[in-house]
Amino acid sequence: MAIEKTTREKVEAGLARRHRKEALFRVVGMLATVVGVLFLGIFFATLVAKGSTAFKQTFVQLDITLEADVLAPGGTLDLGYADFDGLVRSALGKQFPEVTARADRRQLYRLVSVGASYALRDLIEKNPALLGTTQSLWVPASSDVDMLIKGNIDSNVDESLRTLSDQQIGWVTRLAARGRVESRFNKALFTNGDSRDPELAGVKGAVVGSFYMLLVTITLSFPIGVAAAIYLEEFAPRSRLSDLIEVNINNLAAVPSIVFGLLGLAVFIDWMALPRSAPLVGGLVLTLLTLPVIIIASRAAIQAVPPSIREAALGIGASNTQVVVHHVLPLAMPGMLTGAIIGMSRALGESAPLLMIGMVAFIVDVPGSLTDPATALPVQIYLWADSPERAFAERTSAAIIVLLGFLLLMNFAAVVLRKRMERKW
Amino acid sequence: MQSTTLILMLVFMSAAAFYFGRRRSLATVGGPGHGSALHSLPGYYGYYVAIWCAIPSLLILLIWLIIEPRLVVAMVIEGLPEAYRTLSEGEINLLVNNIQNLASGDAVSVEVDAALLEAASSFNAYIDRSRDLLAVFALGIAGLGGAIAWRGIHADLRARNRVESVVRWALVAASSIAVLTTIGIVLSVLFEALRFFQKVPITEFLFGLNWSPQTAIRADQVGSSGSFGAVPLFTGTLLITGIAMFVAVPVGLMTAIYLAEYSTRRVRAIAKPLLEVLAGIPTVVYGFFAALTVAPWIRRVGESLGLQVASESALAAGVVMGIMIIPLVSSLSDDAINAVPAAMRDGALGLGSTRSETMTKVILPAALPGIVGGILLAVSRAIGETMIVVMAAGLSANLTANPLEAVTTVTVQIVTLLVGDQEFDSAKTLAAFALGLMLFVVTLGLNVLGLSVVRKYREQYE
Repeated sequence: MAIEKTTREKVEAGLARRHRKEALFRVVGMLATVVGVLFLGIFFATLVAKGSTAFKQTFVQLDITLEADVLAPGGTLDLGYADFDGLVRSALGKQFPEVTARADRRQLYRLVSVGASYALRDLIEKNPALLGTTQSLWVPASSDVDMLIKGNIDSNVDESLRTLSDQQIGWVTRLAARGRVESRFNKALFTNGDSRDPELAGVKGAVVGSFYMLLVTITLSFPIGVAAAIYLEEFAPRSRLSDLIEVNINNLAAVPSIVFGLLGLAVFIDWMALPRSAPLVGGLVLTLLTLPVIIIASRAAIQAVPPSIREAALGIGASNTQVVVHHVLPLAMPGMLTGAIIGMSRALGESAPLLMIGMVAFIVDVPGSLTDPATALPVQIYLWADSPERAFAERTSAAIIVLLGFLLLMNFAAVVLRKRMERKW
Repeated sequence: MQSTTLILMLVFMSAAAFYFGRRRSLATVGGPGHGSALHSLPGYYGYYVAIWCAIPSLLILLIWLIIEPRLVVAMVIEGLPEAYRTLSEGEINLLVNNIQNLASGDAVSVEVDAALLEAASSFNAYIDRSRDLLAVFALGIAGLGGAIAWRGIHADLRARNRVESVVRWALVAASSIAVLTTIGIVLSVLFEALRFFQKVPITEFLFGLNWSPQTAIRADQVGSSGSFGAVPLFTGTLLITGIAMFVAVPVGLMTAIYLAEYSTRRVRAIAKPLLEVLAGIPTVVYGFFAALTVAPWIRRVGESLGLQVASESALAAGVVMGIMIIPLVSSLSDDAINAVPAAMRDGALGLGSTRSETMTKVILPAALPGIVGGILLAVSRAIGETMIVVMAAGLSANLTANPLEAVTTVTVQIVTLLVGDQEFDSAKTLAAFALGLMLFVVTLGLNVLGLSVVRKYREQYE
């Protein structure tokens, strides 16, 4: 009997250890995958948990007397100077007649948003006949009250650390007991521009700004990108120059987006003297940013068109340009459009270059043209995330949900387009 | 005349030119029945005339709109009273700005006097006159170009070839925009950076240990010169990038291995698109998440362990950035692993190695160049990432390697130096361009290296 172990025995001795290692490796791999997916889950869960409440806003019901001698002192209604604030305040005071001290009354007035007087003005503007009547109106509560109702202010915390005093919380509780506090759909989030008051802040300005920018981007980058792809795939001679262009495009796709912002600042704003903060400049910068994406996708789409199509067309006498325009382009179009949508969704989420060209200004008005000062949806998210108010954190999440909704829609459109138009050769 | 109306009129004229060009081509050979006598299809004659109508006129329009503002401003300044013309360049710029605002009816920042009002109205008058002139000129050129081309139509005119060569040039122009963009980036960043290096020596910028770009307004204030030593920014960037890679590389690589080697087809079909969603989330959203969820959490955990954690710790920004990069690393590693020939894998398995041994001893060494190339691309992405660090990393330039402290990065400083209105030629603004140049050069180097490694490796097995 040999002392020396046979190969078989050696292998079998190590087998258990090796299998343990194998199992470990497998578990580590699985964990890594789970970590990635888990993060996505945590991410969306916190987002929805934080943001979903922003779609509701607390309203307070007040019986407001539209006194004629306050609103129209000289007999004529002057909306610019009428004291709507005073009317809202006296209506609030009527709810708590026992509050008389000046300091207390001032505290009381903080329960209702300044949006209340705007609402009142709109009402009168639309219907001047209401002058002199008493209307029972639901007006937006201030953001602090809103936070209280949503349970974000803990009344057990020391009073000095809260934004609402015990007294104010007491008033809100009594108003609620009278059925005068209600949580309603937050329409302002979708119909208003930015505001310093969280309860009045909305994403409309940012959405419209983003829309204008994408309009500029798509009208420039799609034709240019497709033309560049056609040239590189169908016409460019194999030369140094076309190699250079190709390497260049691949590298441009990986240049940090903030560098494009520097380019935009130096070229479009400083040198060409285009207006700061304008969707036009933002769109131009995003055009340069998305061009490589669209060119690469369009080239892939052109490559997918089989050469037999080209040869058949050439064979019956079409010129090179005719082959491309009549045959290659229509067949490659679905792929190109898909690439364009993906490029646009990248442009929609981009914010760093926009900071460089001044699209971070605080802009209340909804932009009406390509050269109006505007901001974009991701930049709005950045601005709100920086705001210290508790209520803005919730609105930031809501704005993110809106942004992700748009992105999802675009990617869904791209997938559908690919599925429906895809052709197997 | 508004430039949009002008462009609409040009479009209309070009459409008319197409129609008449086409008709004339048929008329020269004796009606629609004899189209075969023409060199090209009748439509090409239409395009030929339309091109001659539109392109020269559009060029004029473009050049005009570029020159016009400068010319008008110069003329308005010329018309200002003596007192205004002796102002310094900066004050003149401000004045011109105010005049323009006044002209368009916006708010102005100075007291409006008669001279300014007159300047504003003459500004408007000049613009109006210039636009009228432009309209006459552009439409005239369009008509003239169209008419000459129209008269030149005859049966042997090689209209198709001419149109096609125009198309060809348009395609060349479109593809050169990518090159122009690169040149534009290099030039704009380089020039401003060179101006910066005239004020601050390049050695101080590259090797200085102190970064505080605040330049004082008065000369006698403390720290009035500002100091521009960028080393703390480079180390901060490296620290955050390092943390990000520490998260992204193991997770991304193991994910790629698991999905390529172990998972069932169904798990793969679900997990892969889910991970790609991570890549599609805008970075500003990651920044929000890092600043408002991850950073406070790390701080709480650190405090419960008795550690001092800054509320804008490098760790929070780095970890979230790492998560963002996971899909990039995993898809590039996946490509590299899949490019290893099946024969090598089968051979190793056939010799009796386990799957993990096949992976670690055969496939990964073979795929290493591709994986390294992918990691280089990921590093370049992390270095250039802006929003996460702007929102979650700090502003103070600390020279530290402690991930629990706040550090700042190159991109954060670019943003803070450039956001808001500043003079364009202060050392502070120019410093941002110098940082941009560094950023561009470093990421470009990494990209070129990464792409060439990936490509060379791919060719090796093809």
